[in-house]
Amino acid sequence: MIERMANGHAPASAAESLLRLYDERVEIEGFQKAVPRWCAGCGDNAVLAALQRLLRDEGLRPEKTVFVSGIGCSSRLPHYMNTYGFHGIHGRALPVAEGVRLARPDLHVFVNTGDGDCFSIGAAHWIHAIRYNMKMVVMVHDNQIYGLTKKQASPTSPANTVSNTTPRGSRLEAMNPLTVTLGVQNVSFVAQAADWIPEVLYDIVQAAFHHDGLAFVRIIQRCPEWMPSLLDPWLHDPGRVQLLHHENALSISPSLKMLYRNTLEHDPSDIHRAREVASSIDPLPIGILYHDPSVPRHDQILRENVVHSAESVRRLLDAEFDKFAVGARAGSA
Amino acid sequence: MSTTASAESGAGSTSTTGPRLTRITEHVVEIISDSGEGAQRCGQSFGAIAARSGHGIWTVEIIPAEIQPPSRSVAGASGNRVRLGSGRITNGGDAADLVVAFNEQVLLGRVRMNELRPGCTILLENMWRDHRDPGVVASYTETHDALVNAGYQVIEIPMERECRTIVRDARRGKNMFALGMLAAIYRFDLDLARDQVALTFRKKTRQLIEVNTRLLEAGYAWAQANLGFAYDMPATLTAEDQIVVNGNTALALGVVASGMEICAMYPITPATSASHYLSEIFAKVGGMVHQAEDEIAACTFAIGASYAGKCAVTITSGPGYSLKQEGIGLAVMGEIPLVVVNVQRGGPSTGQPTKVEQGDLMTTIFGSHGDAPKVVIAPSSIEDCFYSVIAARRIAETFNMVVVVLSDASLATAQQPFPRPRFDPAWLAPPIDQSQVPEGLAPYAWDATTGLARRFVPGQPGGMYTLTGLAHDPEAGIAYDPDSNAQGIQARSLKLAALQKSLITPTVVGEDSGELLVIGWGSTKGAIEEAAERVRAEGRRVSSLHLRFVNPLPGGLKEIMQRFEKVMTVEGNWSDDPDDALIDESNRRYSALATLLRSRYLIDVDSWSEVGGSPIKPGTVERAILNKLEQR
Repeated sequence: MIERMANGHAPASAAESLLRLYDERVEIEGFQKAVPRWCAGCGDNAVLAALQRLLRDEGLRPEKTVFVSGIGCSSRLPHYMNTYGFHGIHGRALPVAEGVRLARPDLHVFVNTGDGDCFSIGAAHWIHAIRYNMKMVVMVHDNQIYGLTKKQASPTSPANTVSNTTPRGSRLEAMNPLTVTLGVQNVSFVAQAADWIPEVLYDIVQAAFHHDGLAFVRIIQRCPEWMPSLLDPWLHDPGRVQLLHHENALSISPSLKMLYRNTLEHDPSDIHRAREVASSIDPLPIGILYHDPSVPRHDQILRENVVHSAESVRRLLDAEFDKFAVGARAGSA
Repeated sequence: MSTTASAESGAGSTSTTGPRLTRITEHVVEIISDSGEGAQRCGQSFGAIAARSGHGIWTVEIIPAEIQPPSRSVAGASGNRVRLGSGRITNGGDAADLVVAFNEQVLLGRVRMNELRPGCTILLENMWRDHRDPGVVASYTETHDALVNAGYQVIEIPMERECRTIVRDARRGKNMFALGMLAAIYRFDLDLARDQVALTFRKKTRQLIEVNTRLLEAGYAWAQANLGFAYDMPATLTAEDQIVVNGNTALALGVVASGMEICAMYPITPATSASHYLSEIFAKVGGMVHQAEDEIAACTFAIGASYAGKCAVTITSGPGYSLKQEGIGLAVMGEIPLVVVNVQRGGPSTGQPTKVEQGDLMTTIFGSHGDAPKVVIAPSSIEDCFYSVIAARRIAETFNMVVVVLSDASLATAQQPFPRPRFDPAWLAPPIDQSQVPEGLAPYAWDATTGLARRFVPGQPGGMYTLTGLAHDPEAGIAYDPDSNAQGIQARSLKLAALQKSLITPTVVGEDSGELLVIGWGSTKGAIEEAAERVRAEGRRVSSLHLRFVNPLPGGLKEIMQRFEKVMTVEGNWSDDPDDALIDESNRRYSALATLLRSRYLIDVDSWSEVGGSPIKPGTVERAILNKLEQR
């Protein structure tokens, strides 16, 4: 409502404004755009559904929301979201999103990126985005393979992955993006979700949205086209998934508990324990690993409490020109 | 002026009644030292005092490539060249008339680079004569004697000894003593010089200002008492207010004046000082400088800010510009307004970070893969640096285009007075449009004639679209069909034509027809115009024309060129020497602008160029012009 008032639509009364707010709540259909062209069974669909639900539940205005992405299957997501979107270049979603965030504190900023986009070509931006801690939700759709370019090993592909660039199997051990992220100074929110557990995926993106800083969410997801059986061990045996819960993080619903019996009470304020939990692949930890709402945000640090105006520009230029003046006024400089 | 010196006969003096006064209209002065001895500060202050006395000035920084080169080394000269005169000065001039050197090695470096006028006056620190290292003594006396034998007027000065009566470490102070000497030699007002010292050290303690003022006064008194000469250079004090800044400061002031609020950058020589200064002042208007993790991030960060409604600037130099190319292509494709400042240096690769070159014209105009039309403005003076950024922001937002301001290392550090700008609120962008987008209006509703489309900014209800670097249709939908692709490319190209229609044909300096037209762009303007003027004074019909918009090129150029028998560009980049054994008309590579002019206008435009790393001198251009005139 405050945003609408800023646009010149002053509400007549509090009650009326509440009613209007209710009226203007955008339903899920309002956030849908083109029919996604992802493969059937692709984890990206689950992320899109969770986000559209989140936007509705949080009462976000489509015009006040920006989804920024890079290049890859996951980066098509903004095209399927009826908000503002920025489908940029490979690896650079984060700096674009930071620019949006710095220019416009009034917008909600989401980033959708993939394991190649974020952990490989955009790795430098990933590390520094964590360090800047600007307010945004960053979701890495990690299917552990390059999909759009037709199956090449990614930094998170497990060792021995057979791909078009590693026909005899990849030799390198997979990177663990969670431990890397948790090693960066200023990290403030780290979570891991899985596309096949939509309830927790939703809870995580919701918590991420409410985090006051950069929320880093790694989403383990299936690529039915190029890595159809990669995640089968975890899908077929829920005991190999470990759900994290804590009074200061997520709670697990009773129905979920019946399926996923392997749970761990994990305090998200404990970074050492978070790193330990993060280093496990089997069982696969799902939930909020780390949360520190007190980390300063660079977008707020950079912002001075000065209003930009013709008058402030005139004042500054005058003062600076005085400093560099020669000729008639020089003596008084 | 308070100079009524009754100098006792000192070194180099034969007078007993007062300094021998020589009337001059201009001089080139160099102050050189080891790095860290403050010659640059001395030169800058000297230039400022000259300007404040009503003289025209142009200063050139003499910068060694390393932060701390070995002391007393031929390649380590650090300092400043100040060309000052009674009238307006537009470039650093030719050879130096007077040099202050803190040791003989840095002096030797300048002599070997032919920067000194034969027989010029040299004020040389003589402490090396009594140095405890016999090698240093030998080197000093040898060089001194050689210079004297070569006809230079070498005056040995005990600067170290004199300064040590005031400060313990003369290394930090000799520069102000030298400034005092120069103020006396050029008969500047001592109070004005004191005032400048206070200004130069305004960020330091009161005590430090006092010590430096005493050093200044000591140098002034010493010169009056011991040097038997001084110069009388008439000044023209204008009623008009002027400011003196270097090109990078002017660029940063232009960023503020343009109304931009966000600068994303990554440190790179010789562009960084613009960002330094901007960082110092920007917060006062709510502006922000983001030092990104790399050049790519700086570019895409600025793109994000621009996309969100605040046209941003990214400031860089050649290597950084190369890294930004993909981002620049994205801004072209998405039609996001963006200002990119490229302060050129020597290239390719790391090249010569502190040296002057105009090697980036082609990469700036044609860079980024595919067809990526963008606007390129090349400022040709310090004043131009200021106004170019204001123009760049406005063009970027009017045409939703990338506008590159192509400066160089010469303008970056050169100082020149220009009329104090009068702020005009029209320089600023209007507030971000957050109005409802009319139903049915597409984000890329390209106008068939101009290619222009109204840009939607996040926050505008009804305008939701997804910007993409992929080929797209007017709805911003991904489009691989040939018609949509052609339509988009055409629209982005037409915008350049639409802008070109609004450009003014540049003025020819000199007659509008004749034997030779010299065309330049960017920082070479002053040297070219001065050279052409000198040749005209000898009765030759030579004119010059300088381009500020290098892409698109303004209309009317062909008609101008056709009125001259010969056309030649003068540029600070590579062109093959037609006299080289392997070079002939089928393989000769012309300079960048010449190549563009030849291909666009089918006129036989020749090019003369050099890549010497220093600003091109008027005398050098004069010789190139004379050679061209002699050619059959």
